[in-house]
Amino acid sequence: MTTPKKLSLTQRPTKTRHRIHRGLAGLSIVALAVTGCAAEDANASDNTITVFAAASLTDTFTELGERFEDANPGTTVNFSFGGSSGLAQQILSGAPADVFASAATTNMDQVSAETASPPTLFATNELEIAVPPGNPGDVTGLDDFADSGLKIAICEESVPCGQAAAAVFVAAGITPQPDTLERDVKAVLTKVVLGEVDAGLVYRTDVLAADVTGIAFPESEQARNDYPIATLATTSNPDLADAFVEYVLSEVGREVLSAAGFTVP
Amino acid sequence: MKPDALKPEALTPDSPGPSKPVGRKPRRRTGNRIPALLLIPAALGLAVLTVPLLGLLLRAPWSELPQRLISAEIGPALRLSLLCATIATGICLLLGVPLAWVLARADIPGKSIIRALVTVPMVLPPIVGGVALLLVFGRRGVIGEHLDTWLGISLPFSTAGVVLAQAFVAMPFLVLSVEGAIRASDPRYEEAAATLGASRWLIFRRVTLPSLLPAVVAGTMLCWARALGEFGATITFAGNFPGQTTTMPLAVYMAMESDPQAAIVLSLVLLLVSVAVLAAMRDRWLTGMVSR
Repeated sequence: MTTPKKLSLTQRPTKTRHRIHRGLAGLSIVALAVTGCAAEDANASDNTITVFAAASLTDTFTELGERFEDANPGTTVNFSFGGSSGLAQQILSGAPADVFASAATTNMDQVSAETASPPTLFATNELEIAVPPGNPGDVTGLDDFADSGLKIAICEESVPCGQAAAAVFVAAGITPQPDTLERDVKAVLTKVVLGEVDAGLVYRTDVLAADVTGIAFPESEQARNDYPIATLATTSNPDLADAFVEYVLSEVGREVLSAAGFTVP
Repeated sequence: MKPDALKPEALTPDSPGPSKPVGRKPRRRTGNRIPALLLIPAALGLAVLTVPLLGLLLRAPWSELPQRLISAEIGPALRLSLLCATIATGICLLLGVPLAWVLARADIPGKSIIRALVTVPMVLPPIVGGVALLLVFGRRGVIGEHLDTWLGISLPFSTAGVVLAQAFVAMPFLVLSVEGAIRASDPRYEEAAATLGASRWLIFRRVTLPSLLPAVVAGTMLCWARALGEFGATITFAGNFPGQTTTMPLAVYMAMESDPQAAIVLSLVLLLVSVAVLAAMRDRWLTGMVSR
């Protein structure tokens, strides 16, 4: 009994080594494939654009991107969604973006030196209170944000939803007691969806898109967010970038945006 | 020249000797000249590691540095970072050293599986750890739900949550370095103590632990440094609120979006702390360990 056991034990190292070698070989193939893809992408850059868009545009722009690709066969629209201020900083640091769609004019102003043409307003959005299904914290309005006993998430003040939140709190004369300042509106929404917070301040469009309950409040009118879009001067493909911007401003774009809860000009 | 220079090396492994390891020894000392084939990638590798840090130093706003250092942002974040990393390391020590001993010495089934489980948080992207922590210790999490309803304890968005996230990602570093040292240590000392009638606990306390001290301290430093730099799990699980959960790395990330200069200053402070830890480790323990 013991001898075969011992044998298998001594064999194991070589087996493992083989396995590791095989694993490494597999990895290098994957790496080759990945770099191969990257090279192909570089060749096909004629038909590819990268759009930096505010986190609150994630759903609408993903849909618009797909429709744009269908309408213009052979083209590819890549997206990078995030907090508008972070995206603006990335653009200033030389990130390869062709189009920037911001959730606030302030962040578009930050990159004004990098835009190819004056930005165009394509949508407005309003804040709404989001609570998890069932409203465990019995949140009824903006006043509850001053209750330190509730778990509250709002956006950090450098991102548009944070600026808008600050504006509505000033308008309502409330000192909020947040437990976390998130880096973009989707991060706030996630905390609400998971039920980790009793309430969060997000956009009306986010409430519509997620499994949360929305509570509208009158002060939201004090802080409407304007969404500007612009082609960037550094684009390697100005025609396609302009075409996408026009597509967002077109009837299709307006339809998709207003279906998601945006107000279109 | 060449064949002559090569000859002795080529011969040494085959040269008569009592055993193979002894015969192989001279091979390691081959020449002080670095072959160009190694030198170029080595220099590039060094550049990859050092140039970014150099960039940080070059772009630092040195003239405004004193003002920025006393600004409101850094103090609470640094204090919180040091506090949380230290508590997390304390927890890792209390739980990690016994775990390391069990992995190295105890005769239990499935030890390799346990070791793999211990290693997972080390190779896991920290943000995944944060998601996992949220699903377990969140208010609706598997355990967090009961913590909340029975004890009224809520870990997310609290300083305790930061400590938990840091301990989760940092403990493997301590466990693995201590376990390695225990495995490498000579069990005969412990056996000798046992034959002299010492209890298992006494042996662990008086024989095993003292001989492991350098490894424990080195592991502790590594664990502390990892906890100090923790970002992904913290921001996912503990959120971001100044003074509560905004540690230095979170402050760097947030500042990068609004005030890059402030982010550079925060980064400099973190870099300084890390280098100080490394220096302390090298002088006191690393050199000691190598000479052992």
